[in-house]
Amino acid sequence: MTDKLIEIRGVHKRYAAVNAVNGVDLTVGAGELFGLIGHNGAGKTTLFKMMLGLLPVSAGEIRIGGHAVRGEAFRQVRRSIGYLPESLALYDNLSGLETLHFFARLKGADLASCPALLEQVGLAEAAGQRVRNYSKGMRQRLGFAQALLGAPRLLFLDEPTNGLDPQGILEFYRILAELRQGGVTVVLTSHILAEIQQRVDRLALMRNGRIQALGTVQALREGQALPLTLRVSYRPGDEDTLRRVLGSLGINDGEASAGLARFTCPRHLKMALLTALTAAGSAIRDIDVHEPSLEDVFLGYTEELTP
Amino acid sequence: MSGIEFRQIRVIAGKEFRDRLRNRWVLAVALVFTVFALVIAYFGSAQQGAVGWRNIDVTIASLVSLVIYLVPLIALILGYDAIVAERERGSLDLLLSMPITRLEVLLGKFTGLAGALGVATVVGFGLAGVLLFYQLGSAALYHYGGFVLSAFLLSLCFLSLAVMVSVIAEDRVRASGIAIALWFFYVLVYDLLLLGILVVSEGQLNLNFFPVLLMLNPADIFRILNIFGFEDVRRIYGLATVFPETLANPWLLGSAMVFWIIAPLGVAVWRFK
Repeated sequence: MTDKLIEIRGVHKRYAAVNAVNGVDLTVGAGELFGLIGHNGAGKTTLFKMMLGLLPVSAGEIRIGGHAVRGEAFRQVRRSIGYLPESLALYDNLSGLETLHFFARLKGADLASCPALLEQVGLAEAAGQRVRNYSKGMRQRLGFAQALLGAPRLLFLDEPTNGLDPQGILEFYRILAELRQGGVTVVLTSHILAEIQQRVDRLALMRNGRIQALGTVQALREGQALPLTLRVSYRPGDEDTLRRVLGSLGINDGEASAGLARFTCPRHLKMALLTALTAAGSAIRDIDVHEPSLEDVFLGYTEELTP
Repeated sequence: MSGIEFRQIRVIAGKEFRDRLRNRWVLAVALVFTVFALVIAYFGSAQQGAVGWRNIDVTIASLVSLVIYLVPLIALILGYDAIVAERERGSLDLLLSMPITRLEVLLGKFTGLAGALGVATVVGFGLAGVLLFYQLGSAALYHYGGFVLSAFLLSLCFLSLAVMVSVIAEDRVRASGIAIALWFFYVLVYDLLLLGILVVSEGQLNLNFFPVLLMLNPADIFRILNIFGFEDVRRIYGLATVFPETLANPWLLGSAMVFWIIAPLGVAVWRFK
């Protein structure tokens, strides 16, 4: 296990009538890429803001790099934290470069690094343009560049791909991969589950202010015992062979026509089924195994709680 | 307890000040001050059937009336959304995620806006001052300098109130409502209220108590500060006659204004937690 960079213990956040965060325990290791997912209002952003010291906790404790998230010691920690808020608002009257200069001064980062950061996020050409004239995607890129000021060791990215086009999303994850090579720890939220499932080391699923499930994507899938989906192409005329193999394992659902079958299979039967299909010889031409998507896992976990 | 990093205050103040220079706010307010000052200095006695340059005391007395209306309004408009606008837009979270304390943000905002007000006041009334100097001579300049300084102090009092409003108000609309209400209260209603109390009490009210009530309004302090030096001006203002001369010490009045700058800012710091 890596060093604990973020430690959250028994954290609650109560507003007048609601418990926005309701007893969260969580640790994130140094160098980890950690994903936080959940519906709107699940408490992700509130938890984010408490980790950044923007909101006081109602109960419990949060430590980053061993420091409580307030006071003079945390001011120093903040110099090595980058933050991209969910609802990013920048100053319309400043240009992209001036925006970075402003935040660089506050962060004590080198002003000379700003043009290179704009280049990195693909805004070099728009550096002198006022933010007023930026598109949503460009603002998001500028917000990301701002988060990268001062070579942070820890990044908090709240819905970082909001408003980015597919190309922008790819570039964003490419930069993130580079940062991880350098040992940067990243905590990010996203509502596009498919987008982060390939990229995070671990995930926490939040619901009603609680962490509903926590672990690697693989562990979450297995914890849900969701069936796998298989697509098997077979030699036309050998449908009976396929039916027999499937029937021998008790798999009777699914559909088959014109040489292509699609069915689901309980996870514990996966190896037995693959062995049986391989034993069927040339009747089977190809096998595609699909793990349940994060959306399926996510729905599985949230439905558990629904009465 | 965290210490104060003046560098961070300077960064915020610099941005606020530059913003006001760039959107020509400073230029516009300076021009308004110059034009009004010159018009009042020249046409101030038109009601008496004459126009032209008069002595500095009477000129300043006329300018005081202008400043009492205009400067609090300008300062309130400048500062009422200092914090609430950032909160409403959502840029406050990003700002506070930087290595900066709330106190530093607030002091930076106040200092930057105060700088904008200071430059507009000094340049605006300064331009008018240069012209007055040619017409009225150098002795007038001393009084005029005191007037400009006190006008700046007055603007800071109302800027401080405005920043307090910007912290307390839930949204910009409410903040603007409170700011306008404050202007009405201090500039229009307060003196009428005091006069009304005097009249209704038919002189029963202890007059020693009255100066204290006047000190509770920065606009009144400004008025007293500027007219008490001049014998021939004092009779223009009925209200000032109830103010004992022992209390008309410029240092005492100046301290009262400084209190009016610090107190609302203190409330703002306290509430901005």
